[in-house]
Amino acid sequence: MINPSTTKSALAALLSGFVFAIGLGISGMTLPEKVIGFLDVSGGKWDPALAFVMGGAVVVYAIGFRLITKRDAPLFADKFSLPTRKDIDARLIVGAMLFGAGWGLGGFCPGPALTALPSLVPQVFIFVASMLASMFVFSFIDNRRQKG
Amino acid sequence: MIIEPMSWLYAGIGGVLIGIASLILLLFNGRIAGISGITGTMLLKPAGDTLWRMLFVLGMVLGGVVLLFAYPQAFPSAEGFTRSTGALVLAGVLVGVGTRMGSGCTSGHGVCGMSRLSPRSFAATGTFMLIGGIVVAIITHAFGGTV
Repeated sequence: MINPSTTKSALAALLSGFVFAIGLGISGMTLPEKVIGFLDVSGGKWDPALAFVMGGAVVVYAIGFRLITKRDAPLFADKFSLPTRKDIDARLIVGAMLFGAGWGLGGFCPGPALTALPSLVPQVFIFVASMLASMFVFSFIDNRRQKG
Repeated sequence: MIIEPMSWLYAGIGGVLIGIASLILLLFNGRIAGISGITGTMLLKPAGDTLWRMLFVLGMVLGGVVLLFAYPQAFPSAEGFTRSTGALVLAGVLVGVGTRMGSGCTSGHGVCGMSRLSPRSFAATGTFMLIGGIVVAIITHAFGGTV
């Protein structure tokens, strides 16, 4: 059954996703041609604008992260759920290589593609359907393999 | 090089909002705002701890609806794409598999992970930016920018 803290954390997630999408839209990340222009360093028409997206986000998050994690716990959960691994393994690098290739090929990463769904542009739906199906199939097979 | 300071301002403002959105999820839920992780886990495990993930994605789509009316230039037109249907399907497979295999995308590694000084996120972000640049360079120089 849904308890009050589950409801509160779900509403916080709704707000977070909403603000995230507005940020993506204002920044230009939801325009695949803008993303491709940012990655196209060698083409003579490099568009550095999107570097300011990561710059702005990292500055805000880096400061906020240090303040917030001084708390013993988040407001609506028992504890912080943060990644702890530090090892750089082949799986991480190969995964990042595949993602980078897809990002350059399509001009979409996951967040902007989901945000662009309401535009009803057919190419967005094609990309998102392929991405979600691939996430599911990969994780399904991966989970089974790891369970042995 | 394209110099459009206004677009830099918009990019910076958007980035600040992305940072604030990620801090909201951290402060209230103690979670990393990694979109591929949130989406992938939601798809795979519909039974447990899924409600907040679904509402995060719903919030993103609702944000898209607001943008559609308030700032429609945020979205591409169907005619403006230089990528074919086949290229977008393949791109979706690469992004879907790559982000799950590599435990994150632009948000989880690029924003949250690098801010936390995670060595894994620095390695992943450097790798996907480099490979993304190489793939675009190949498409620009060998395929005339359309694929």
